[in-house]
Amino acid sequence: MRLNLRIWRQDNAEDKGRLVAYRVDDADEDMSFLELMDVLNEKLILDGEEPVAFDHDCREGICGACSMVINGEPHGPQKATTTCQLHLRHFRDGETITVEPFRAAAFPVVKDLVVDRTSFDRIIAGGGYISAPTGAAPEAHAAPVPKRNADRAFTAAACIGCGACVAACPNGSASLFLGAKITHLGELPQGQPERSDRVIRMVKTHDAEGFGGCTNTGECAVACPKEIPLDVISQLNRDYLSATTHRR
Amino acid sequence: MSSKSGASYSDFITGSPLVDTAAPDGPIETRWERRRFGVKLVNPANKRKMKIIVVGTGLAGGSAAATLAELGYQVSSFCYQDSPRRAHSIAAQGGINAAKNYRGDGDSIYRLFYDTVKGGDFRSRESNVHRLAEISVQIIDQCVAQGVPFAREYGGLLDTRSFGGAQVSRTFYARGQTGQQLLLGAYQALERQIDAGGVTMYPRHEMLELIVVDGRARGIVARDLVTGETRSHLADAVVLASGGYGNVFYLSTNAKGCNVTASWRAHRKGALFANPCYTQIHPTCIPVSGDHQSKLTLMSESLRNDGRVWVPQKAGDTRAPGDIPDAERDYFLERQYPAFGNLVPRDIASRAAKNVCDAGRGVGPTGLGVYLDFADAISRLGRPAVAAKYGNLFQMYQRITGEDPYEVPMRIFPAVHYTMGGLWVDYDLQSTVPGLFVVGEANFSDHGANRLGASALMQGLADGYFVLPNTIGDYLARGVEPVATDAPEVREAEAAVAGRVEKLLSIDGDRTVDSFHRELGHLMWDHCGMERTAEGLRKALDRIPELRREFWQTVKVPGSAATLNQSLEKAGRVADFLELGELMCLDALHREESCGGHFRAESQTEDGEAARDDERFSYVAAWEYTGAAPVLHKEDLNFDYVTPSQRSYK
Ligand SMILES: Cc1cc2nc3c(=O)[nH]c(=O)nc-3n(C[C@H](O)[C@H](O)[C@H](O)COP(=O)(O)OP(=O)(O)OC[C@H]3O[C@@H](n4cnc5c(N)ncnc54)[C@H](O)[C@@H]3O)c2cc1C
Ligand code: SF4
Ligand code: FES
Repeated sequence: MRLNLRIWRQDNAEDKGRLVAYRVDDADEDMSFLELMDVLNEKLILDGEEPVAFDHDCREGICGACSMVINGEPHGPQKATTTCQLHLRHFRDGETITVEPFRAAAFPVVKDLVVDRTSFDRIIAGGGYISAPTGAAPEAHAAPVPKRNADRAFTAAACIGCGACVAACPNGSASLFLGAKITHLGELPQGQPERSDRVIRMVKTHDAEGFGGCTNTGECAVACPKEIPLDVISQLNRDYLSATTHRR
Repeated sequence: MSSKSGASYSDFITGSPLVDTAAPDGPIETRWERRRFGVKLVNPANKRKMKIIVVGTGLAGGSAAATLAELGYQVSSFCYQDSPRRAHSIAAQGGINAAKNYRGDGDSIYRLFYDTVKGGDFRSRESNVHRLAEISVQIIDQCVAQGVPFAREYGGLLDTRSFGGAQVSRTFYARGQTGQQLLLGAYQALERQIDAGGVTMYPRHEMLELIVVDGRARGIVARDLVTGETRSHLADAVVLASGGYGNVFYLSTNAKGCNVTASWRAHRKGALFANPCYTQIHPTCIPVSGDHQSKLTLMSESLRNDGRVWVPQKAGDTRAPGDIPDAERDYFLERQYPAFGNLVPRDIASRAAKNVCDAGRGVGPTGLGVYLDFADAISRLGRPAVAAKYGNLFQMYQRITGEDPYEVPMRIFPAVHYTMGGLWVDYDLQSTVPGLFVVGEANFSDHGANRLGASALMQGLADGYFVLPNTIGDYLARGVEPVATDAPEVREAEAAVAGRVEKLLSIDGDRTVDSFHRELGHLMWDHCGMERTAEGLRKALDRIPELRREFWQTVKVPGSAATLNQSLEKAGRVADFLELGELMCLDALHREESCGGHFRAESQTEDGEAARDDERFSYVAAWEYTGAAPVLHKEDLNFDYVTPSQRSYK
């Protein structure tokens, strides 16, 4: 199949950037979107042009590296799907596709489609863990976890840290990402001792990193490739409220 | 420049045997405990002054860096991704073994040890494997304490499942995302230490050279992948946790960035490379669909718990699977291996699938595929129960193939998955370069010729959380002299990196890096893959040096060194694969026996099973880099507890 692409090119963080038109004539509907980019890039290289830079690694929807806004939607039009798992069978022959980087104040563009998401790591560093020194752990069966809690913890823990929620949010808020971690650790008995501290510290880091506030537009959950449910944000808000009102 | 001079397969040299593995002797159950007691300790005040570099943030590197910082060392942690959380370990699906015996089904440390030594086809070290089995129990405790959401039973206790090669249920899992959850545990521990100031994190940095001063590993040269700046980082010890090299095959289940560069650069600086030809082929991957394909996707082996593997009995039967009645199907694993059935180890399942496809009974458009059928499980357990166990895997399959596995059987085919070879290390995980430690998939130890499912995660975490933090202290406690930032060895390493980068950018030929990688991958798969012959290996050994020469003359790497340049990154990695590929073929050629994932067609039993040759090959093959003919050092393997026997799963 033939596809017309309009791709964002930007040399570095300071460069203004622009959309550039390309065409791929020999795309195959079994290809993933990243394989389409590979085909384009090989062509560009042989033509003496610089290939389009984009982040990717696992190519199976789990590392969270691939990030592109495709036709206005982070990770493209397919529900619950990362860019690397998006296949061309969902596009029409001859279609024009616009490809841009994830945009948010807290995700500066590095080059072309590559953005800097290290602000996410700093949110985790600001409390998104359980302090469990190696070798001091109690026997695993010492604290049973009701299946319902374990399942909810897992559902929240499935976040791949891709940042689509932020790119989709009109305020550039990372509340879904943050709520996912708060919910994951908050559902487990091991997560209780640091529960209040965690939410206060993480929210503080989130705000300091330049992420916006949540106004419940729900765009994040629509864009999320792992279908992290919106209720993690309510959980975040409840935890935050209770931590700020009850903390001694 | 970077290519090896005319060395060829016929001129390898056999060198002195490797005798010192630092493993204690005596009763196997007490070896690790005694080693731990025997190591010298570093005084806490001194730890604060000692610097350790850890390259890699997967399960092995992430857990090591976090634990070393927790102990008080100053740690610098490197990865090529933008975040440590994206290391390839994140992709592991199936699970992690531990001898908890929570099921009361007869499991024990000894049984896990036994299964793993046998599963490794008697090409791993007893001492190491026993230690791994012992530590497995602690790993689960540690991960649960960190908040890893393992699957639970209704009563709140941990659930387990079985995996290939085992008859007990000892595999802990978190849906189909075990690696992700374990890695997030390690990553969160790492971020905690970053926040506390114990770890300095260098994401988007690639190690391109090892710095060796006075025979000891003293640092690395790394390139900042965003600014292009190359800089040396010095330390008292260096830990490589840079993962495996399966991407030498181009198509594999590995993440695209997985590479051998860190290990290969260390090899060129004196670290021996052991058993390079031991590659694990995983039986349950989604088959290749076309030339455009950039990687293969694994379907967790746990699917073989409930899925039944079959092909039509008749060759060339093109009916839809649903139209083929039971009597005309061949459930070949259940037929050939009644004791283990669909749960035979990976090497056995992979070869059996290859054989039925070679006989013309393969399914799917290419004929390179077998069915993995859930119809029985769905009618026995109901669709919701199957969905609860494997839902996300089914979804992944559907996304890639466009087919619904609830309705039609999955199609699967073997693919390159894991490399059991790697840098040689002793019992302390130290390489032959003092001060250079190697953990996780990057080292060769523990798995022998064949890794059983759910044991790589176990090894990565055992190495990082529990083994290395104990053994590295012994080295550091003996004292390490300071090294000057302008020492000639440091300057040389920096110059070597700069020279290589410049050279790659200046060739400006007419072939892309990917096209070289693809050609190398084809050669490796055809001649050094699931089945190998002396003739095929010789062919590959003739072609690879040529291909390497062509690479250095005609590759085209656009852009500059002073910016993010992904073509340049790839080129450096493929250049190293082009050297490693040759060593893998040489290793495969010299090992005239079949074992585990390594099947030499010339060495098989009457009924077509792998024939090991313990008399001649019960050793680890550790290769020394010389720039010309490599030197083979042998480490003899001794089995005092598990007597080598023909592995039978019948
Ligand atoms: C799809 C899949 C499923 C799997 N499922 C299972 C399973 O169910 N159970 C099981 O036990 N095992 C499984 N495995 C195997 C297991 O995941 C790996 O063996 C293991 O995770 C390797 O961990 P590691 O820490 O050694 O390396 P990795 O996780 O590969 O980490 C390598 C690290 O090194 C860094 N790095 C590499 N080179 C450089 C360099 N030159 N400079 C700087 N940084 C560098 C990378 O950035 C990365 O951080 C699976 C593997 C795959 C591919
Ligand atoms: S919540 Fe969803 S969209 Fe946001 S980072 Fe996690 S996986 Fe990505
Ligand atoms: S490349 Fe890993 S999620 Fe897409």
